Amino acid sequence: MTIVVERVSHRFGSLDVVSDVSFDVNDNEIFAIVGPSGCGKSTLLSIVGGLIEPASGDVRVGGLSPDALNPITFVFQDFALLPWRSVAGNVQLPLEHRDLPRAEMQHLVKDALRRTGLTDFAEAYPKQLSGGMRQRVGIARALAVKPSILLMDEPLSALDGQTREILMEDLSGLLASTRLSALYVTHNLDEALRLADRIAVFSRRPGRLREIIDVPVARAERTMPDAGAELARLHGHLWSLIREEAIDAEREVAHV
Amino acid sequence: MSEADVARLAPVRFRGRGFVLRPRWYGSLAAFVIIVALWQAAGSYGWVSPLFLPSPLAIVRALVALTLSGELVGHIAASAMRIGVGWVLGTAAGLAVGLAMGLWGLARSIGISVVSALFPIPKIALLPLLILWLGIGEPSKIATIALGVFFPTTIATYSGVDSVPRTLIRMAQSFDLPFAGIVRKIVIPAALPSILSGFRISASIALLLVVSAEMIGADRGIGAFVLQAGNLMQTDQLLAGVVVLSIFGLIVARLIGVLEARLLAWR
Repeated sequence: MTIVVERVSHRFGSLDVVSDVSFDVNDNEIFAIVGPSGCGKSTLLSIVGGLIEPASGDVRVGGLSPDALNPITFVFQDFALLPWRSVAGNVQLPLEHRDLPRAEMQHLVKDALRRTGLTDFAEAYPKQLSGGMRQRVGIARALAVKPSILLMDEPLSALDGQTREILMEDLSGLLASTRLSALYVTHNLDEALRLADRIAVFSRRPGRLREIIDVPVARAERTMPDAGAELARLHGHLWSLIREEAIDAEREVAHV
Repeated sequence: MSEADVARLAPVRFRGRGFVLRPRWYGSLAAFVIIVALWQAAGSYGWVSPLFLPSPLAIVRALVALTLSGELVGHIAASAMRIGVGWVLGTAAGLAVGLAMGLWGLARSIGISVVSALFPIPKIALLPLLILWLGIGEPSKIATIALGVFFPTTIATYSGVDSVPRTLIRMAQSFDLPFAGIVRKIVIPAALPSILSGFRISASIALLLVVSAEMIGADRGIGAFVLQAGNLMQTDQLLAGVVVLSIFGLIVARLIGVLEARLLAWR
């Protein structure tokens, strides 16, 4: 379950979006990528997940679990749920083409729903659910295929503050109880500091890796009062790295 | 602040009145009753010659007589068969071409130019040519209807497929769904609202074309019946035929409504 990203660059037309990025993600590690808007973080995630072919460089993975039905699995920012399928139907979608016995498929769906607290909502449709519950369905769908590598593209950014907090707790628990490596793209420093073992800071356009910082507090202890000072120090450091560029990004958006 | 102070303050004037429509159920019923009553009165009191505008009662009588004699059923059956076959053929071809245009770049490039060139032609103008090719019988009428249905179905299907959220397709790809699975489980269901609204348009076009085609070259069918009644100055029968067409249109719209309610319940 190792990911090796080697000298990856990508451009859309004449626009350089990712430039010469290299990093490794270790076994069972949560690796966050933070940076201002337009730093190519989502593009990089799509490259790692095989949805975009990089202009140069390559991505390799190793140590994938033989049990994994879909070894490299995404959780999307906008949930990407099928509105015409129930919660259970959405979770079942990625299992349907895998020649599984019906009983096993149903077991996998039920198990994923149970782990994400959705058992009572199996028959509900996405439009009947709140944003937080919808993203739970997205997470359940990802867990159902037993991934070795989870690629999360701003999974909480479409949610309000309270829902984000609740889902962050749930996600933290799920990541602790599941053996996988994860790449977690976010522009929210609190999320990165809460969930990640290491945080890569990207500069904007073209997206370049500026610094990788370790979070030297065990994930389970991040909400403890003792961790507060260290996390606040790291938050300050991360913010100092991206503040200027975040302001530039915000101004550019305002111009459009 | 004391109560006396509060009493001296000016109340805020309500400004949010109006612009909220509350439909009154009796409105449409009353309008219908008044129009029919006035129409009947115009006939009964001799305000209008019954030759030019027969009264509603006369139309009902004509409808009953035509139904009892079995004449109407024969005409309806002939029109329904032409619409049915023409619509199914045009729809099947339109769905196939529209889907291809939505999924493959080459099909889109070819399809857009051909569809844009041929779509604006009033299809009834092609009937004489189709009669030359296929004869005066059923095939030329069915082909006219099929052509008329084909284009709006193609456009509705193509634009439906084109507007499928990209993120759903990427999601399916990220789970390694095969191409056919993505088309069946993502693209077609997502395009269905657009396809069904295309059905509404194509059904009304089919009705229009069947009447026009039957007026040009047929002795059976509602269009032929209406034309014949007009030629014989039998305006009560003519309007009876128009009423049948209107009921036919309402039934088709209702059927599509039921189909939408069934297939798009998730909306």
